[in-house]
Amino acid sequence: MSASTLGAAASANAARRGSSTSRRILISLGWLIFALFLLLPLVIVVSQGLKMGLGTFFEAIFEADALSALKLTLIAVAISVPLNLVFGVSAAWCVSKYNFRGKSILVTLIDLPFSVSPVIAGLVYVLMFGAQGLFGPWLQDHDIQIVFALPGIVLATIFVTVPFVARELIPLMQEQGTQEEEAARLLGANGWQMFWHVTLPNIKWGLIYGVVLCTARAMGEFGAVSVVSGHIRGVTNTLPLHVEILYNEYNHVAAFSVASLLLILALFILLLKQWSENRINRLRHSAAEE
Amino acid sequence: MSRRISPVIPGFGLTLGYTLVYLSLIVLIPLGAMFVHAAQLTWEQFWAIISAPRVLAALKLSFGTALCAAIINGIIGTLLAWVLVRYTFPGRKIIEAMIDLPFALPTAVAGIALTALYAPAGLVGQFATDLGFKIAYTPLGITLALTFVTLPFVVRTVQPVLADIPREVEEAAACLGAKPLQVFRYVLLPALLPAWLTGFALAFARGVGEYGSVIFIAGNMPMKTEILPLLIMVKLDQYDYTGATAIGVLMLVVSFVLLLLINLLQRRIETP
Amino acid sequence: MSIRRYALAALASAVFAGSAIAKDYELLNVSYDPTRELYQQYNAEFIKHWQQAHPDDKVKIQQSHGGSGKQARAVIDGLRADVVTLALAGDIDEVAKLGKTLPDTWQTRLPEASTPYTSTIVFLVRKGNPKGIKDWGDLIKKDVSVITPNPKTSGGARWNFLAAWAYGLKAGGSEAKAQEYVKELFKHVPVLDTGARGSTITFVNNGQGDVLLAWENEAFLALKEDGGNDKFEIVVPSLSILAEPPVAVVDKNAEKKGNEAIAKAYLEHLYSPAGQKIAAENFYRPRDEKVAAEYAKQFPKLDLVTIDKDFGGWKTAQPKFFNDGGVFDQIYTAQ
Repeated sequence: MSASTLGAAASANAARRGSSTSRRILISLGWLIFALFLLLPLVIVVSQGLKMGLGTFFEAIFEADALSALKLTLIAVAISVPLNLVFGVSAAWCVSKYNFRGKSILVTLIDLPFSVSPVIAGLVYVLMFGAQGLFGPWLQDHDIQIVFALPGIVLATIFVTVPFVARELIPLMQEQGTQEEEAARLLGANGWQMFWHVTLPNIKWGLIYGVVLCTARAMGEFGAVSVVSGHIRGVTNTLPLHVEILYNEYNHVAAFSVASLLLILALFILLLKQWSENRINRLRHSAAEE
Repeated sequence: MSRRISPVIPGFGLTLGYTLVYLSLIVLIPLGAMFVHAAQLTWEQFWAIISAPRVLAALKLSFGTALCAAIINGIIGTLLAWVLVRYTFPGRKIIEAMIDLPFALPTAVAGIALTALYAPAGLVGQFATDLGFKIAYTPLGITLALTFVTLPFVVRTVQPVLADIPREVEEAAACLGAKPLQVFRYVLLPALLPAWLTGFALAFARGVGEYGSVIFIAGNMPMKTEILPLLIMVKLDQYDYTGATAIGVLMLVVSFVLLLLINLLQRRIETP
Repeated sequence: MSIRRYALAALASAVFAGSAIAKDYELLNVSYDPTRELYQQYNAEFIKHWQQAHPDDKVKIQQSHGGSGKQARAVIDGLRADVVTLALAGDIDEVAKLGKTLPDTWQTRLPEASTPYTSTIVFLVRKGNPKGIKDWGDLIKKDVSVITPNPKTSGGARWNFLAAWAYGLKAGGSEAKAQEYVKELFKHVPVLDTGARGSTITFVNNGQGDVLLAWENEAFLALKEDGGNDKFEIVVPSLSILAEPPVAVVDKNAEKKGNEAIAKAYLEHLYSPAGQKIAAENFYRPRDEKVAAEYAKQFPKLDLVTIDKDFGGWKTAQPKFFNDGGVFDQIYTAQ
């Protein structure tokens, strides 16, 4: 390598790193913001949960009502996340691969549940399926219960998490364009083959990330579920509702213990996602080097 | 109706159909039920409800604090995204993994924790008390709570776009003598703007409707620290479903228009 | 479920031919926030009591707690409560009116206007009572800050508000003076939580305010939960209100589940000495005179106004004071 190219590389490197002071300032600022806005509240939650030691912590988590709340939360997540996953892929597909009139409105409608107050999200299902609601009398005649039972909790959870997967995929798929899919089609792949072998591998990470967020949010949803749950102990209480109940029972330590459990679950999912992402990146790198 | 970007990609009917059916069942029909319910009111009655002084005060508060929180997030979120994408430093992975936690934390828990933190006797609140101002039970407290719950939006929308901007572009600009701020203004900002706007809009819209984390820290004083979702709750507790849905409709329409405007704006930026 | 119930019943009748048929009961009690501890204890007692007469029955009692108005709304909207035990009669009136699941005359079906226990509103102050608060008049002294929940969303706060009103009326002599008093009082309130528990937590944990207006049972519970740290004291004002949290069977739901008999017995047993004792142990004032005498030390005597005699019942008080445009709204919008 000649001296001149070395010099050019060095100056490019310097430009890349920026001046090291500004770099340091930015990183410290980033840490400060992170610590102040995010870490501190989370530390409060965990430290309150552990205040009386690990014994009480686990006692609160393995108590019968907490376990039944955990079970209900996991059931609600297991139903709502796959449904929203399929929806997200389908919505991202039609939005990113085609132009049509009203696309902006469709995209806005997909975003809408983000902006609907959780209070309203719960209320609309009560207005539909509650005893005084549109379908109330019919449901009562047929002895079907939707609100204040599992279906209502699942519906409210789906509602608040509808946009997550679609939101992750739309920009990604828009950016990737359609050339690879077109090539696959020209080479004779049918629609499903093209989807499985071309599209899916390309959007895999966005998809996983969307699912992770969707899962985390579904586990933690409070407001909407609170409206449709009925708060029957051991039956229709999800984990977040159980936290509120414990807190209202002056059982702060247990409340924060269960909240920590939620946090740990979420953190576990997030770390799992990051770990697999890193692994794939490394594989890709080593493949590129060979 | 449709004009395909590419003529050979199948599935338009299937995916659009499924998307519309699913959205209708889960989102549109239930929200429609709310409109139907609110339609029992005449225009005058509707207007009387939404123009009551307390509703107006709450409207200003909810939209004002949500806007402030979105702006704060727009700045610190971009900064966090920048740091995460451009630098490697100790703890980067921890921050990266934990950014999304506000989504997962039940909002009520967030509210309780933030109140414990910012109440006048709390860990941070006592410093504010020493300096002679209050955080919890003021609009400032509400803004902080909203900043916390909506933090991931801007970071997560800006981050992938930032990662995709080739560094060579900035380097080229820098080599051509542009100062860092100029690089930011003329190179990065235009590229980031659409994503940034999305994040901003989502954070804002979510902030307007947020309930669980805010009621603990807000103080809930009529005319001063009373948010719109709380007014809906108040109406519901008086068994005034129609009044509650009227405020709900108002919030929904405003949010929808805002999101739509931003989506349109974004498309205009993207397709010059 | 029903098949199992029939199978069990068939088995039972086969085994105990001639004796009563054993049943499997699942009872849902929808209640408000501060009664969790009370009903947890009472449910165990009631199951024991029921099984004495019906040894082969299986009884499971489910509890649901939340803000009184919110709970009433859930029952109206289809939460299948067999019995409701709420903070004020007004809320059960709404269940009868809007839900049409029990008759309007529900309050006449059980003794004491369907209220097996009562409470009142007292002050909780910090240790040593540093601000020297003795009565309602002291609450509007300079530098005193008062914690009470929002009467719009909390049943307990409505009792607080009416007690303050009663004092204002007595001290001032006119409704205008009473309104002036409560207006001044609410100027001393820095935080309005949405529920009674929220206010207690604001006062106890977050260290806000000099005095908490609370249900007597809440105040006692706060002392108990404090674990003998003696950080708080209860101050009993010269005048307060008789807070009457009523109970009722929700007929339609109980009928549907075949629970009419047991739901009725569940509420009636609250009036028995055993039920009254549990109420007293959980700091509710018992109606039964013998039990009341036993716990007399715990509950100081004070002048009590009542909602029916002094305010014309909830049907008059609710719209006058708390609905949109009522007195509570006026003291805030007219500031």
